[in-house]
Amino acid sequence: MATHTAEPAAAGAAAVEHLTLEDRVWLLRAMLLMRGLEERAMTLYRQGKVPGSFYDGYGQEAVSAGAAFAMGPRDRLCILHRDLAAHLIRGVTPTRILAQYMGRAMGITGGRDGNVHFGDRRLGCVGMVSMLPDMTLVATGMAMAFKLRGEQRCAMTWFGDGSTSRGDFHEAMNWAGVQKLPVVFILENNQYAYSTPLDKQFAVDPVERAAAYGFVGVTVDGNDVEAMFEAARAARERALAGDGPTLIEAVTMRMHGHAAHDDMKYVPKEQVEEWRKRDPIERQEKRLRDLGEDVDGLRASVKAEIDAAAEEALAAPMPDPSTAIDGVFCAGEAEPLGDGQAPWSGFFGGEA
Amino acid sequence: MPTLTYLQAISAALRDELRSDDRVLLMGEDIGVFGGAFKVTDGFIEEFGPDRVMDTPLAESGIIGTAIGAAVVGMRPVCEMQFADFISCGFDQLVNVAGKMHYRQGLAVPLVVRLPSGGGFSGGPFHSQNPEAWFMHSPGIKVVAPSTAADAKGLLHSAIHDPNPVCFMEHKHLYRRVRDEVPSGVFETPFTARVARPGSDLVVIAYGAMVPVALEAVSDGLDGASVEVLDLRSLVPLDEEAILDSVERCSKVVIVDEANQMCAAGAQVAALIAEKGFESLDGPVVRVATPDVPIPFSPPLEQAVLPGVDRVREACRELLAY
Repeated sequence: MATHTAEPAAAGAAAVEHLTLEDRVWLLRAMLLMRGLEERAMTLYRQGKVPGSFYDGYGQEAVSAGAAFAMGPRDRLCILHRDLAAHLIRGVTPTRILAQYMGRAMGITGGRDGNVHFGDRRLGCVGMVSMLPDMTLVATGMAMAFKLRGEQRCAMTWFGDGSTSRGDFHEAMNWAGVQKLPVVFILENNQYAYSTPLDKQFAVDPVERAAAYGFVGVTVDGNDVEAMFEAARAARERALAGDGPTLIEAVTMRMHGHAAHDDMKYVPKEQVEEWRKRDPIERQEKRLRDLGEDVDGLRASVKAEIDAAAEEALAAPMPDPSTAIDGVFCAGEAEPLGDGQAPWSGFFGGEA
Repeated sequence: MPTLTYLQAISAALRDELRSDDRVLLMGEDIGVFGGAFKVTDGFIEEFGPDRVMDTPLAESGIIGTAIGAAVVGMRPVCEMQFADFISCGFDQLVNVAGKMHYRQGLAVPLVVRLPSGGGFSGGPFHSQNPEAWFMHSPGIKVVAPSTAADAKGLLHSAIHDPNPVCFMEHKHLYRRVRDEVPSGVFETPFTARVARPGSDLVVIAYGAMVPVALEAVSDGLDGASVEVLDLRSLVPLDEEAILDSVERCSKVVIVDEANQMCAAGAQVAALIAEKGFESLDGPVVRVATPDVPIPFSPPLEQAVLPGVDRVREACRELLAY
């Protein structure tokens, strides 16, 4: 089996080859929506309208937007907490996301779980748990079922640099390698696990472990949404061809604290400033402006959408306390995950 | 009606399910080519192939986690822990991912985890545990524990058909010691208690391997007393109605757990009786359980801690004389 180590993903021309102008605008729009929604949610948090704490993915928008964009409607996703764009691409509405943050009944979990712990089962997504990276195994199991049934589908999951230290990371990589499963692992390397830097987390770059598990590992600029898309697209193609899993290390930076309470004083200011120059949204905006796209118009339409969503979500009722003990068990038939939205033009040819 | 051992009944249920439902998939360590540590799946790989009788890596978290993934995309995985004790390595996936999934996201996880449990054969501290109470305390997981071959088969069918995660506690000591008539084909046994022996002066409440112990302990009638034995069969859901009904008829209660005493299933039964059956009682609720020690290896030590026929009989005698 051919394995590659830390092979730089082909971005640029290769990505553009598979993306129409409309796709490239879609990618920017997903990132703008993610950033705008998270900024609005942070404001709502400060106003006391978001209970608990608040976690965001500022500066990491390209990782989830680019990767999720390459997934087909029948593929299945296990999404992490700094990956809001993946939910948007699958078709979760901004209103339901803001309602989710505020613990409203119309939120994706109906107030059952905290802000970023959600996945819309009807759109093929499973929400994360706090124990990381538990969902790597769940995604591996989905891929196992796809392979057993001979289906042309793949599973994708995101996890951070810190979670590569835990046993479930090893168990999932090993299992997927042994069974050569159609699963795409996105290692979102944002430099810090809460306050812990990379050099306290691993002795070798974890992307190099892919070769040890018998499959391809690639390192991608996680702040380039088109490079992320291209790496995920190629990984999915490999998965569907029966060539097994791919580990994609998306190199990015957590620009905010772990959560709203975290002032991030353990991060050198220069490091943040350096990464600010590589903002994924500015980068995609420049590309599109250079092509003559009306980026300001897009920004205005995204803002209007968020304003409307916030208004609707703020008016939505809280859950009824009398329902707090309902639904621990499924009382009817077990209904599997449904299909999600897949806006990439590559799927318009009728691929299901 | 054929007579099967407890182990044969479990095998028969798995075979029937694999034959009748393409979605059913067995996963575990050494269950394929080797046929399982206890030979529950002996010969299965020849009939169903290595995809459906899957030899997995040695990774309990991996087994449960991947089974969850398979379950939410339409499969019906049945996982074998080689020993129930090893579920501690898969605890997180079962409790945090599977158990909370439906409540959080409305997503059902139809998953069965078979847990060969219990002591009595010098398995030592890591091959003898009865971890059922760990999961009783974790919302979203059903827990069943058959004591007869017929119930082992019927409860396993019900567990596989259930849309929720189910821990199927199969007691290793019963595998080849218990043998009874088992209906052929697929049938469901409800997750309710069963009166294993009717009586009216005292009820012994037990489950799993403690049911035959209780039946033997009261078999001499305890000087003519009429002693009931209630086999719980299911711990989650717990059949409160059947428990309170027995208490009302018998007024005296002995609860037997093979598990460590602290917060065991029997503690929940005792609490239930204290709350809702107090007026029916004619004596203190008596518990017989394994003291809070790891299960020791050497036979005299192990026999000193596991509840046996003599301890149960003595508890009944004392309570009858109260």
